[in-house]
Amino acid sequence: MSSQEISKESLPSEQDTAHGTAVAENPFADPGLPPHKPRIQDIDERAAKRSERTVALLFTTSMLATVAFIASFVIFPVDQIVYVWPLGHVSATNLSLGLTLGLALFCIGAGAVHWARTLMSDHEMADDRHPIEATPEVKAKVMADFADGARESALGRRKLIRNTMFGALAMVPLSGVVLLRELGPLPEKKLFHTAWSRGKQLINMNTNEPLRPEDIVVGSLTFAKPEGLEEDDHEFNTEIAKAALMIVRILPEDIKDKRELEWSHDGIVAFSKICTHVGCPISLYEQQTHHVLCPCHQSTFDLSDGARVIFGPAGHALPQLRIGVNDEGFLEALGDFPEPVGPAFWERG
Amino acid sequence: MSTTTASDSKRKAPAGERVADWADGRLGIYGLAKANMRKIFPDHWSFMLGEICLYSFIIIILTGVYLTLFFHPSMNEIEYHGSYVPMQGIRMTEAYASTLDISFDVRGGLLIRQIHHWAAVIFLAGMFVHMMRVFFTGAFRKPREVNWLFGFLLLVLGMFTGFTGYSLPDDLLSGTGVRFTQGAILSMPIVGTYISMFLFGGEFPGHDMVARFYSIHILLLPGIMLGLVVAHLILVFYHKHTQFPGPGRTNNNVVGMPLLPVYMAKAGGFFFLVFGVIAVISGMFTINPIWTMGPYRPDQVSTGAQPDWYMGFAEGLVRVMPGWEINLWGHTLVLGVFIPLVVFGLMLAAIALYPFIEAWITGDKREHHILDRPRNAPTRTALGVAWVTAYMIMLVGGGNDIFATHFHLSINAITWFVRIAFFAGPVIAFIVTKRICLGLQRRDRDKVLHGRESGIIKRLPHGEFVEIHEPLSQAQRYSLTAHEQYTPAEIGPTVDENGVERKPTRMQKLRAKLSKGYYGEGNQIPKPTVEEYQEITSGHGHH
Repeated sequence: MSSQEISKESLPSEQDTAHGTAVAENPFADPGLPPHKPRIQDIDERAAKRSERTVALLFTTSMLATVAFIASFVIFPVDQIVYVWPLGHVSATNLSLGLTLGLALFCIGAGAVHWARTLMSDHEMADDRHPIEATPEVKAKVMADFADGARESALGRRKLIRNTMFGALAMVPLSGVVLLRELGPLPEKKLFHTAWSRGKQLINMNTNEPLRPEDIVVGSLTFAKPEGLEEDDHEFNTEIAKAALMIVRILPEDIKDKRELEWSHDGIVAFSKICTHVGCPISLYEQQTHHVLCPCHQSTFDLSDGARVIFGPAGHALPQLRIGVNDEGFLEALGDFPEPVGPAFWERG
Repeated sequence: MSTTTASDSKRKAPAGERVADWADGRLGIYGLAKANMRKIFPDHWSFMLGEICLYSFIIIILTGVYLTLFFHPSMNEIEYHGSYVPMQGIRMTEAYASTLDISFDVRGGLLIRQIHHWAAVIFLAGMFVHMMRVFFTGAFRKPREVNWLFGFLLLVLGMFTGFTGYSLPDDLLSGTGVRFTQGAILSMPIVGTYISMFLFGGEFPGHDMVARFYSIHILLLPGIMLGLVVAHLILVFYHKHTQFPGPGRTNNNVVGMPLLPVYMAKAGGFFFLVFGVIAVISGMFTINPIWTMGPYRPDQVSTGAQPDWYMGFAEGLVRVMPGWEINLWGHTLVLGVFIPLVVFGLMLAAIALYPFIEAWITGDKREHHILDRPRNAPTRTALGVAWVTAYMIMLVGGGNDIFATHFHLSINAITWFVRIAFFAGPVIAFIVTKRICLGLQRRDRDKVLHGRESGIIKRLPHGEFVEIHEPLSQAQRYSLTAHEQYTPAEIGPTVDENGVERKPTRMQKLRAKLSKGYYGEGNQIPKPTVEEYQEITSGHGHH
């Protein structure tokens, strides 16, 4: 920085240090280290003996606690639950092992600290500090050595060697970077599609049965998955992370959004259950207002108005799934979600 | 073995000395011991905070190694048939099932798991408080800036090691946290979806997350941290510890107790105290009961989901940010999530950069081994408190649902409070802190010049009551006036010696302005001078 010539003036002068004459003249001068004050243990041998006994008692307690730890380990079955006031019902193993181990460790520590504080010398001593910076002579020597080494390597003179070496060193890590390509697939359009498609029935998440319109009453909240997706499928979690659906019934005259009404069946509307903020499953439904709330970050959506965001950090409405009823009278999807579900991302558009 | 005299002397030496001789011949330990065995460490309660971090780090490594013996870092799905009845027959990953086994079937497994987690929480808290100590006392100044950076890296890596660790059990709570992270990654412009795909080996959650987080959590990050901890400690030894001002303590010495025996007994004992307290806490208080909510499923969640406390301010930033999204040219800029991500980074970066900013403002190139009392650096102290205030407000934001349910408040009101307070709070905290610091400086000045208020009331012959002020001792006066005071940097003459006009650069102007804010009139109380003191003490009677 171009501040060197300025800084000198704004720096304070060093504080006065202890010099015999300075103390007399300067009321703020350093009087030097205060004299040592003896502790009771330094004067009274009986007090010192008491301290010794205390330390020994602490160490002995630690030994006993270790024995108790081993005993607890042997005695208590791993699944034994006991009632201990005020903790309530707790695991006997966990509590006894924790307390005995804690006591064994704590007493070693307490003994050592008590020993140090009462019986070891408490005379304060001063060590000199030496500047971290090297002396100019040392620095000159290092610089000369470096110049010698650099000259002998001829790195600066033989530019061809230097440039090719830097090139090789710069390129070789690329192999490692290339290998990282195998960490995962490219995003492509994976986030744009879910397991839903035209004709797939809406399967009740709890009963694993296809849903009929009459199963869904006003005020209820039903979770559904697409037909053909089973819980023991290898990719179940990955698929349900996008396909999870929530279904509610709203009186058609209460639906404010025109497209929502169009995509509903007799007031039954199906929305993605995955929050458009950072992807939590939305699960709190207020029957009277048709608001749903994400319990993670409190984004609130109005299901009667195209699931638009009415509060919280979510950036856009929940995607709606267009539904209808098939020939057998079961609810079915009339296509995939029209837009990616879940959190927004760069390519989402 | 070379000469008879040598073997004679060896036979006479006690066993311990012979072992030491053997080691010295190969490792040169006597040279090391000469410099360090009686090394002096100053004593102050706040110097223990770093020790708490070191010890909890050791405890985490010890218990973590034990946990790896039982934990299966696999996302293969199995049906649970262990001894925890409520989960029997439920499909879950091996990671979650083995965590249940550690908690219910391994004797002492639950204790070790809880010690591991409690120690991690204390480790992070310890680092925060330790860094505050270093910050507010100015211990980060030359020559310790590099060690401040090491400590800063330990804090950041500790946060991510903690996060990857508590994500491993693959229970409903931890999976929700990972989903949140994945959503945040997706918000990054251009690279978001790629990073997400590469991190999870495909779409979320996939089958690789636990195995990858496992190697990051037990190998990559702790390996780096172990190296940093060692480097941090070597530098503490090399620089020698800072000390508070006091009689006999100068910038050129270090006053305290020797490593052997006092410091060794106290510090070594303190390790056992920390470990003991954590063991008792872990025996008595459940942390992260992964069995309550079951295995993770991306379509399930519970209310009141909270990260570990050290991720709380990031959570708060994400919760209170308005949901801004910009759609342009077929692309989405997810500002509602990306801005919190950036602010999270900036708040951390501010910690790393501060020592260099202050050094630039003061222009001070000297070594500093005497600590500042926070009051004597009012602007720095106020900035630190402002940062802590912003952090705390975001912690409230991160727990807005908990505050709402516990204090029967509207969650919308809390969110709006946090949004406003995040900007207003630090400003208020800055002003208030600075005022308090200056007030304390004035008090110190009064004490030095007029003495200590003794509480003794004296009635003078003419009826006036006065309180007797007892003069301070030389040592007290020294301690209260030992701090250095900078004068603000000037831009310098705008015309040089040849009469040529010199235009100050923008950086010079900025530096002068900042310097004035730090050390200008009204931003520090001038120390009492010898003349002032002598004038007051010589003329007894008048106040």
